[in-house]
Amino acid sequence: MFRNQYDTDITTYSPQGRLHQVEYAMEAVKQGSASVGVRSKTHVVLATLKRFASELSGDQKKLFAIDDHVVIAISGLTADARVLSRYMRTETQHHKFMYEEPMPVGRLVLQVADKCQISTQRASKRPFGVGLLVAGVDENGPHLYQTCPSGNYFEYLAMAIGARSQSAKTYLERTYTTLADADVEALVQAAVTALRETVASSKDTELSAKNTAIAIVGSDGAPVRILENAAVQPYIDALDSTPSAADDDDDDEDEADAPAATPAVAPDAPAAAPEGGSPAGGDAPAEEPPANGAADMQT
Amino acid sequence: MDALGLLRPAASVSGLPAAHVPHAASGFALGDHAGRAPAAPAEGPGVVASASSGPLQRRFEPYQNNGGTVLAVAGKDFCVVASDTRLGLGYSIPSRKVSRILKMTDKVVLASSGMQADMMTLHKTLRMRLVKYQQNHQKDMSLTAASQMLSNMLYTRRFFPYYTFNVLGGIDEKGEGWAYGYDAIGSHEKVSAVCSGTGQTLIQPVLDNQIEFKQQWGAPKVDLSLEATVELIRDAFTSAGERDIYTGDYVEICKITKDGVEVEEFQLKFD
Repeated sequence: MFRNQYDTDITTYSPQGRLHQVEYAMEAVKQGSASVGVRSKTHVVLATLKRFASELSGDQKKLFAIDDHVVIAISGLTADARVLSRYMRTETQHHKFMYEEPMPVGRLVLQVADKCQISTQRASKRPFGVGLLVAGVDENGPHLYQTCPSGNYFEYLAMAIGARSQSAKTYLERTYTTLADADVEALVQAAVTALRETVASSKDTELSAKNTAIAIVGSDGAPVRILENAAVQPYIDALDSTPSAADDDDDDEDEADAPAATPAVAPDAPAAAPEGGSPAGGDAPAEEPPANGAADMQT
Repeated sequence: MDALGLLRPAASVSGLPAAHVPHAASGFALGDHAGRAPAAPAEGPGVVASASSGPLQRRFEPYQNNGGTVLAVAGKDFCVVASDTRLGLGYSIPSRKVSRILKMTDKVVLASSGMQADMMTLHKTLRMRLVKYQQNHQKDMSLTAASQMLSNMLYTRRFFPYYTFNVLGGIDEKGEGWAYGYDAIGSHEKVSAVCSGTGQTLIQPVLDNQIEFKQQWGAPKVDLSLEATVELIRDAFTSAGERDIYTGDYVEICKITKDGVEVEEFQLKFD
């Protein structure tokens, strides 16, 4: 994407019918560190890679619990994400106050998407520079959604956003059919394995307990769980035995007891019929927006 | 306690409405009738409305008192919050089992008597604020924080109060048990034992005497155990239920210790 004369103003279309400022906002999402989401019949898991501003600093928060039944992972401008998470928290509490029930996840995501869209149609605003993976459970079961700065949103069985997320998406495309029936531990391991793909080709970054954060929400009625630091270690350790697409880094951390989890790659597993993901219907499951931003906005 | 405590000319039972002076219910409503005044104005007792007050008008009465008694008694390292479950309206009983208690955290419990509608809305609003606090601070609200927040919330409605008489009880951050009593607009005080509602005048003196050892000269002040406190509270409710028509049916007792909140229930007379 290069500069052209139609990209200065959010309210100016290009002759090809594109809003370049919105596409540039989506570039900001791609600059953020990776977030991965996977969904089974009963649970949704988010795995995120935390970035450190410097060696001296603490980590950048990637996971925000919204209510007992919803949690989000962010990639992009963290300050914009804070605004959206505050909005989501208020809306879920308000819904609970009004209707004495947890807010349906799709309704919440729709409201967030509408909020993002508003700032793509005002001359005085700029688009939100953050993409969310929204994991939640309601009476229709577990859901995983992705939101964009454009105001679009999609439902997925598995998805990754942020830097080098294409590697994770490639891995998930190969393995997503095994997710539906996976138990919680296997699902978490699948998410972490997919996350590992985003750093597999990097020489100086590898997944560790320090830079990985995991969130789990399920239809068992238990509130959202966020795992960090020591709680994440077993899943990092179990990675050693899982082959990766790229060359693996040698890991000399102590082998802790890995949870009884099968690696997600199981070519001869019976392929459970993937459920239709998108509420619009007709979309194939695990379909992701094309890397080309134009088609994305025209969906 | 009066919500606004305004003195006004007495309204008779025959149904003549009061003059236009704005007021909140200063006692019980007999049905939906405007309440009685506690003292007579300068014109003399029994005057319905003076000519100088202007024409007689019927006003919408936004409040009603649904009765009920709530109390909180704190021990050294525990607190017990209890309330009856009767919903009264005039001489009727719309429900024998409504809960007046909100478990705010594992260490803090609120009980409110007064108007049921205001109580429910207050509790719902408090629940929202508790979640918000937990998300922003990554921890539950402490007893002291909750006590101040409740006071602030009540005072923001200073000029159209929640018609609720609250007691808050729990364990503070040091592990000590404490109770707080409130008026309708948020004035609060940290105490060892407090009672509110229609049975307040019957029970509070007993708590003063038995928990705080007031008016007992030379008697050793002992800390009551949790079991002894619950026994005392049971007796207090059974006795209050005898004399106060608005207290009865069931009693909900919440025992707050460092291990959390345990709820038990027992039955009072249904009359």
